[in-house]
Amino acid sequence: MSGFVPGDLMSFGPILVLAGGGVLLVVIDALLGRRSGFPWSIPTLLVLALAVGTAVAQWSTPRSAGSLSWLLAIDRFALFVAVLVCVSAALTVVLSESYLRRIGRVRGEFYSLLLLSCSGMVLFAATNELITLFLALELLSIPVYILSGYLRDDLRSGEAAMKYFFLGALSSAVFLLGIAFIYGSTGTTNLLQVVQRGTETPGLLTGGVLLLLTGFLFKIASVPFHMWAPDVYEGAPTTVTAFMATAVKAAAFGALLRVIGLAPDLVGPIPLEKLLWWLAVLTMSVGNLAALTQSNVKRMLAYSSIAHAGYLLIAVTVYAGTGDAQALTGLLYYLIAYTLMTIGAFAFVVAFGDENLEMGSYGALGWRYPALGIGMSLFMISLAGIPPTAGFFGKYTIFRNAVDHGYVPLVVIAVLNSALSVAYYFRVMVTLYMRPASGEVKAGSGIAVGVVVAVCAVGVLWAGFGPDGWLPGVPTLLSWAQDSVLALR
Amino acid sequence: MGLLTGIVFLPLAASVLILLLPKDRPGATRWTALLASTATFVLSIGLLTGFRPDASMQFVEKVAWIESIGVDYHMGIDGISLFLVLLTTFLTPLVVLSSWRDIGEKVRAFHAMLLMLETGMLGAFVALDLFLFYIFWELMLIPMYILIGVWGGPRRVYAAVKFVLYTIVGSLLMLVAILALYFMAGGTTFNILELQQTVLSSGAQWWLFAAFGLAFAIKVPIWPLHTWLPDAHVEAPTAGSVILAGVLLKLGTYGFLRFAIPVFPEAAVSFQPILVALAVIGIIYGALVAMVQTDIKKLVAYSSVSHLGYVMLGLFSFNLEAFSGALYQMLNHGLSTGALFLLVGVLYERRHTRMIADYGGIARTVPLFTVAFLVVTFSSIGLPGLNGFVGEFLILVGAFGANRLAGILAALGVVLGACYMLWLTQRFLFGPMRNEENRSLKDLTAREGLVLVPILLLIVYMGVQPRPLLDRMEPALRAALAPVQAVAPTPESPETPLHGFLFGPDSTAAGSAAGEEPR
Repeated sequence: MSGFVPGDLMSFGPILVLAGGGVLLVVIDALLGRRSGFPWSIPTLLVLALAVGTAVAQWSTPRSAGSLSWLLAIDRFALFVAVLVCVSAALTVVLSESYLRRIGRVRGEFYSLLLLSCSGMVLFAATNELITLFLALELLSIPVYILSGYLRDDLRSGEAAMKYFFLGALSSAVFLLGIAFIYGSTGTTNLLQVVQRGTETPGLLTGGVLLLLTGFLFKIASVPFHMWAPDVYEGAPTTVTAFMATAVKAAAFGALLRVIGLAPDLVGPIPLEKLLWWLAVLTMSVGNLAALTQSNVKRMLAYSSIAHAGYLLIAVTVYAGTGDAQALTGLLYYLIAYTLMTIGAFAFVVAFGDENLEMGSYGALGWRYPALGIGMSLFMISLAGIPPTAGFFGKYTIFRNAVDHGYVPLVVIAVLNSALSVAYYFRVMVTLYMRPASGEVKAGSGIAVGVVVAVCAVGVLWAGFGPDGWLPGVPTLLSWAQDSVLALR
Repeated sequence: MGLLTGIVFLPLAASVLILLLPKDRPGATRWTALLASTATFVLSIGLLTGFRPDASMQFVEKVAWIESIGVDYHMGIDGISLFLVLLTTFLTPLVVLSSWRDIGEKVRAFHAMLLMLETGMLGAFVALDLFLFYIFWELMLIPMYILIGVWGGPRRVYAAVKFVLYTIVGSLLMLVAILALYFMAGGTTFNILELQQTVLSSGAQWWLFAAFGLAFAIKVPIWPLHTWLPDAHVEAPTAGSVILAGVLLKLGTYGFLRFAIPVFPEAAVSFQPILVALAVIGIIYGALVAMVQTDIKKLVAYSSVSHLGYVMLGLFSFNLEAFSGALYQMLNHGLSTGALFLLVGVLYERRHTRMIADYGGIARTVPLFTVAFLVVTFSSIGLPGLNGFVGEFLILVGAFGANRLAGILAALGVVLGACYMLWLTQRFLFGPMRNEENRSLKDLTAREGLVLVPILLLIVYMGVQPRPLLDRMEPALRAALAPVQAVAPTPESPETPLHGFLFGPDSTAAGSAAGEEPR
């Protein structure tokens, strides 16, 4: 640990931009007072664009963190997660524009909390150091707890925030305990050094790593740590739910992958790969089975997001079992796809407002709002993993790598799960096109929702048709994912 | 851009165009759909005229698509796919025409779905890259689902969802098998022609055949996986039923013929007894259940189960007669069952009932309809001189050569088939006029005639002139048969008196030649 060089801070532009932007918005909010009609989403989007810009600028040659490299791991993988989180946040911001207007709660703190949370997420996936990891976890979580309870007059929103906060705090404590165990066993908090040094108390180290993994599994809502997700997703403001389902999950997977690559050497006799195998199977099966019985669209999407975490865990299992970082290409690609299709689906939910969350109220809407209906159908088709959509290609890439490494039974279970998921995703289409209209349900949110649906729809088709650069000169999503995972090994 | 690309994607382009047309001009939509599907048919005639009767893939187009995983945009046709493509392009404009009055609501969406479906079907028939095949295979799912679910009968949603779930379970397992096959073959190509050269262990073949076979068997559908079919047929609008029976089911048998049998010959041989047994059960079961139906559409649906049993029996008899018969029967079934559904649709439009008991004695009020119905019935039961005879005859000859018991039972099925179809015509068309409302029944209109006459002509033509078709099919069928023949040479079937009529004097005795060219 040489002396700190302030210039090295610049190596991680995205975090600074996001954190600085968040603080700036708080200041503006304080200066303007309550009654201003300040267009909050514009500076927020600018900050996010700047963060993406700094990340992309570093892409070809990630800057060394210099004196901070003990704390930060700045590589393409971190940059990839940063871009993904920012894109997800940007879509959320556009969506919130109409959502917050509709419920009459346009406030600066919403946007600043969003940005602060983003900075935590970016940091979460960009560190090998446990204390930094914990700080990042708190930085990403606490704003999201608050955002979940943003509708403070709404009981369910309050319940969601409380539930998320208590369980989140518990998981943070578990996470911290894991860090303490690891430090106690090895005398360092840097994961790379943990691997190098070895330990004289392997039991303590194993326990520490498992506790750490528990914390991650809570964040990605893997079975058996998924109980919070449906209630929180249902109660939180819809756009926050979209943000949680995509950005939080992406960041948590990012951090998990950094640890999981090292974990097999650390957990001693525990068969980590077997454990993950079962977690993947349970997570997708429980998610899909529970989603089948939901009538509330937000709850259905919550369980579906649990199921998708299960598909992603397949790639993690393969990675943990074989150490082949290429196996994660599918995971990253799937995260892009998942972000686009999930936010798109939530955009549709936002369009018809929080009064209409029961599936039944969507009857025949596909005919009355053709563009929104086609968009929603596309997202459902993509979530179900049917070509030619991003969801299909993401799933395909995950399955492909798993089959390559001989995980055929796991893939068979996954495709049977996919078939199961078709039942509830297609039920949305049944409602949109084949059921009678129920009452006067109106799309009440101006152009912003349309923009998000359009962007996500184009993205879903783009990533589904052209995963390998079918337009000359356009860098391909697949090669981004491939380059990113190379950084992990 | 090649001819095949044009044929496959013209309907899709038209479906996008249709969605952009103004909503209040259903006429424009109908005409666009009719012109586009007719143009597709005209283009596909070019395939027929430019086709050389040999075993090679023709009109091949191959462009790298997703290079990093070895996926090509690779299409081509041979004697197997040629006629299935023609069947598809031939039926689609007729279906559009038949729905002219039937579909009054959501006209744009209906035609867009129909055309999108056509692209999916055509693509699946011509794809020579497994990945591409899978994409087209799945592309068919959603339009058919929407067609049944939106324009169908009272239980349409149930039928549509059942259709989707059955199909998707099979096709997703097929996806795993595609991946496994890809890696077993070295992980570089999805090219079907190259994959056919891969030598696989018998164990691997067994599993892969099981996965591919399940997907195809659900689509065919083979007894006992057929239960989605009657529901889908009964609830689907006429157009959906025609396309479903006429083309979609053929993708299952086509899959066996193109992939499952030539790529996994050892496994195909070891599965032969099971599949022959299931095919024969399907033939008998379908016929018996058809006999007791009161709803005409359901009757025709069960007759499809029976007819496709013949196709499966032919495919798994592993000799050239049976193979030719199976492929011929696919076309026959597409035409005759398609026509039956069209005819039922004609009456349904007038009377809004499909119950056999509501009709009877209508032959005198609708003579043209009666004539058409009789011709199609005779085609369906295999009356010599019509197309059905050629297919059934070849299958039975081949089946006798491979498995005498199966041949006998299948022949029994022919008798049952004649029973239920003739009994249907008797209750449906003849006898006393039981229902006064039928007195004012209108006969076929000019538009309906325009839909039916081409099919009837083809039914007769294929009955008296099978040679032009069989000659073009034969080399490709031999090639598909060669791997199986290499594994298990099947006994020669006796030369039949009709041999010259079917294969021509210059053709070497088909049965003995089957093992000649192992490629």
